[in-house]
Amino acid sequence: MEKNNRKNLGISRYKNPRDFIKKNFGFLFILPWWIGFAIFKFYPFMASFIYSFHEYNLFRTATFVGLENYKAILQDKLTMTAFGQTFKYAFFTVPLELSFALFIAYILNFKIRGVNFFRTAYYIPSILGGSVSIAVLWRFLFKTEGLINMISAKFGMEPFNWLGDTRGAFLVIVLLRIWQFGSPMVIFLAALKGVSADLYEAASIDGAGKWRQFFNITVPLITPVIFYNFVTQLCHKFQEFNGPFIITRGGPLRSTTLVSLLVYNNAFKSYEMGMASAIAWLLFLIITTFTIIAFVSQKYWVYYSDEDGR
Amino acid sequence: MTREKRDRINTFLRYLILILVGTVMVYPLIWMVGASFKTNAEIFSSIGFIPKSPTVEGYVRGFKGYEGMTLLFFMWNTYKFVLPKVAVTVFSAVFTAYGFARFQFIGKKFSFAVLLSTLFLPQVVLNVPQYILFNQIGWLDSYLPLIIPSLFAGDTYFVYMLIQFLRGIPKELEEAAKIDGCNVLQTLWYVIVPMLKPSIVSCALFQFMWASNDFMGPLIYVNTVAKYPVSIFLRMSMDADVGFEWNRVLAMSLIAIIPSLAVFFMAQNSFVDGIAAGGVKG
Repeated sequence: MEKNNRKNLGISRYKNPRDFIKKNFGFLFILPWWIGFAIFKFYPFMASFIYSFHEYNLFRTATFVGLENYKAILQDKLTMTAFGQTFKYAFFTVPLELSFALFIAYILNFKIRGVNFFRTAYYIPSILGGSVSIAVLWRFLFKTEGLINMISAKFGMEPFNWLGDTRGAFLVIVLLRIWQFGSPMVIFLAALKGVSADLYEAASIDGAGKWRQFFNITVPLITPVIFYNFVTQLCHKFQEFNGPFIITRGGPLRSTTLVSLLVYNNAFKSYEMGMASAIAWLLFLIITTFTIIAFVSQKYWVYYSDEDGR
Repeated sequence: MTREKRDRINTFLRYLILILVGTVMVYPLIWMVGASFKTNAEIFSSIGFIPKSPTVEGYVRGFKGYEGMTLLFFMWNTYKFVLPKVAVTVFSAVFTAYGFARFQFIGKKFSFAVLLSTLFLPQVVLNVPQYILFNQIGWLDSYLPLIIPSLFAGDTYFVYMLIQFLRGIPKELEEAAKIDGCNVLQTLWYVIVPMLKPSIVSCALFQFMWASNDFMGPLIYVNTVAKYPVSIFLRMSMDADVGFEWNRVLAMSLIAIIPSLAVFFMAQNSFVDGIAAGGVKG
């Protein structure tokens, strides 16, 4: 009884140390995570920030150089090109991938026979997409004598040297990721299932066609999921590595040398850890800026039905 | 045009789109299977996937691997770190999610905010210092850098996913278990884990896929050929004999993804439920 009173009045929540431990016992469950966070995430995060102000070759001692690394990045044309290509890549791939994913999810959401079959077929590329095997396949498809050119030849087109052309190579790595639209599609599909059928019925009684229903009912109601997909995909695409590294090897003429390849080359080929950290941090700042813009812009276009946000 | 007729046309169009897109999605994979049985001369001369003169030459030479190390040897290397990684991920993620979903403690809100922020922390900014750190502790050229961070619930996505699932499970059973004299660990093991089983399975499956597809991790940390996982080995052979042995490279690539495909087909629904739950409700 007395204990209860104390609790309710909020006076001295802990009678003694044992009580404190008992109340906060659950912390023990997340303690390993905190330790891991400190060692494998927080420390590296801060360390790379500090390295970015140093000239630090792995085999020599580091010297503080202030903003020199950042200056060098901004002045170096090749580095800036990599940033430019990365922007282009992210803002080209993400909207295409997501609109495609939403479009297919929308069709699948009609009473389609064999939904599961189609869903599986569309999802397989997402499961395998990151693997080296698919990168190998992709090189075979887009070789000058490869499958894509064989097919286009049937339509009377001249063979095109995809991997030898700057735009062609860029398109090849973009297509690889669009081919993997399955995982945002599954998320969209789950969200579409949650939109109540009554709304469509009401709209069609009011005379709204399928397209108007899509843009005026479906899209607004699933904006939280569009938002989620957009932010996560953008974050991934800014860090794209496997596609350009394995398939196009950054070329031709550095057209597919994205920022993460630059970080890799600086860090693990020439062991310039300071420079690599500076490039990585610049990329981090860009990703964070876009994430923040997206979060702030939420209130203008994302609709949360239960008003508690996320 | 009558309404009925229009509906029919619409339905037809929908199936047409789905089938066309589906073909584009899956045909490259089917072609790959066919091409791995073709002769090198035929691979770049026919669009169809059925080989005219089927041969297993690509497979025979593919399995031979490199300098006495067979393809299966490299695949086993992959699973030497993937399987432990999956095990420790599941273990640590369940533990951490249980703490977040069922207990009150000082700084819980702050901890959860930090947990969420790591979901948005780009890996690219961590790579360099992590490499230097693992170099200093002498873990380079071993699988430890790939496994140990997962032991400390480093894969926050799974923790978050499990917290979401746990929130949807009523607490009554746990209270009953407590009254029956279970301590927190017994409750976790006898009550929570059985109920969470489907979600745990989907975490394990995702980690299995991601870890076996992982390329950059082994690329940075593993540098002895005998320790190469199959992903790195594939890239090595692709670079080495990009010239002529096409069916060999295709056959090896195909064998390398068979475990992932098999796992996917055995447990498709867990995958789909997993992504849907992680993404939608939050």
